[in-house]
Amino acid sequence: MPRTIQEINEKIKAGKAVVVTAEEITGIVKKKGVGKAFQEVDVVTTGTFGPMCSSGMYLNIGHTKPRIKLGGGTCKLNGVPAYCGLAAVDLFLGAAQLPDDDPRNKIHPGGFRYGGGHVIEEFVAGKDIELEASTYGTDCYPRRELRSWLNIKDVNEAVLFNIRNAYQNYNVAVNLSDKAIFTYMGILKPRLGNANYCSAGVLSPLLNDPLYRTIGIGTRLFLGGGEGFVSWQGTQHNPSVPRTEREVPRRPAGTLCVIGDLKGMDARYLRGVSMYGYGTSLGVGIGIPIPILDEEMAFFTSVADEDILAPIVDYSKGYPELKSDVLGEVSYKDLRSGKITIGNKEVPTGPLSSLTKAREIAQLLKGRIEKGEFVLTEAVERLPGKESGITFKAFQERPIER
Amino acid sequence: MISRRVVLHFPSELVGQPIISNTVKRYNLEFNILKASIAPPEGGLLVLELLGGKKDVQEALDYLKELKIKIESLSRDVTRKDDLCVHCGVCVALCPSDALVLNQATWQVEFVADKCVACELCVKACPYAAMEVRL
Repeated sequence: MPRTIQEINEKIKAGKAVVVTAEEITGIVKKKGVGKAFQEVDVVTTGTFGPMCSSGMYLNIGHTKPRIKLGGGTCKLNGVPAYCGLAAVDLFLGAAQLPDDDPRNKIHPGGFRYGGGHVIEEFVAGKDIELEASTYGTDCYPRRELRSWLNIKDVNEAVLFNIRNAYQNYNVAVNLSDKAIFTYMGILKPRLGNANYCSAGVLSPLLNDPLYRTIGIGTRLFLGGGEGFVSWQGTQHNPSVPRTEREVPRRPAGTLCVIGDLKGMDARYLRGVSMYGYGTSLGVGIGIPIPILDEEMAFFTSVADEDILAPIVDYSKGYPELKSDVLGEVSYKDLRSGKITIGNKEVPTGPLSSLTKAREIAQLLKGRIEKGEFVLTEAVERLPGKESGITFKAFQERPIER
Repeated sequence: MISRRVVLHFPSELVGQPIISNTVKRYNLEFNILKASIAPPEGGLLVLELLGGKKDVQEALDYLKELKIKIESLSRDVTRKDDLCVHCGVCVALCPSDALVLNQATWQVEFVADKCVACELCVKACPYAAMEVRL
């Protein structure tokens, strides 16, 4: 008999739900089989922490006296330009934004020590942020300049809104060229000097629900230390990639767009990231509970590191030239061992996603559910699956000739 | 045989002299240069690994001190801000001297300061600015 999310939530409220982490379920299924695992376990918690592209926050700072309309003007938070072309006092700051005077890669490789991601971390930590804005005056919004300290506790809304997070599987990055390269996957030494990877593997949310049966629009999740929701599929959501027999994608596939109240979050799980020679980003902690509705969900969540295959991609040529060449596939079990073999070369591996933090998040979420502080939600709409026909399009370039 | 990793700060007036060459000949040492820079107004900086008999290495360091070269032990110059480290491990594959290792049981990154050669690769590579090298 399958169980429903409603039944699971009743058990959670009664303090009777059995919750295990995505690492623990793997052992349970191996030992007892999917049937027994389904009978015993109600919820599996996942966790991931790593630099996540396409993260940002939006704020409504409240109206000044006299009023100012930032839309059409410019605005900076700690020197980092924020987008204010929405209305009067709404702002959006992306994690990859840099101060205008950052030298970028003028002297390559640049350091990129401070950007939007760092502003978000400091803002969440409760530090005062310097707001500087300049705009034009109108009859109803006469003020033109604003310089002030800004604190998270004083703004109306502070919302984390990440339009692409929690990638379902990711590339393993290597460098086939003769010189070191500086990428969003870290520093890559020449001639296959190292191989960097970035997924929580066995603990990764979407690898434990490969066909998006339970994770969908409206799913409540652990986000940056607080709570949030899946608001849509993430950008570049690409469910139609090749999959293994157990439906685990063998290429970067599904992604999530997530949203949550920044005021309830914790800077330990939202960290400014500097990628040397590349730019800034935000380290985001996400944990998603997966209801074990039936034997199939017990089976899916029992995925182990050896079941997850990731593509090895050359970031010196293949990636920048948008060639889809894959040098080979490697399992997360091998990546986790510290070295992999490519051709006949032994290559040390470096993770960008923190397993320590992923475990911490899965445990934390498990604790919250056991204590009845976190209940599950029914998705209001499913994410597009492999039957959706969605493919990942390259840019259709049409040169402008006048 | 012992090995000592040291940071030597040369006053500018000594930059033109073959001091290391003299030292290794005199005390029968082997050496490995880990980092070197010369900035004329301030003098020079050399990060060196010295290998030799215990007595010879000590006497060589005393000799360098007599020449007014400031000597610091290397391990003291490299620090990790533990509160900033998220234990991702991206530094581990880059570290040339196994000073940064991922403990396979705990998945915590361990920093073995004694093995550090202060190449500064981890300082650049750490996304969370947790590694600091002060020379």
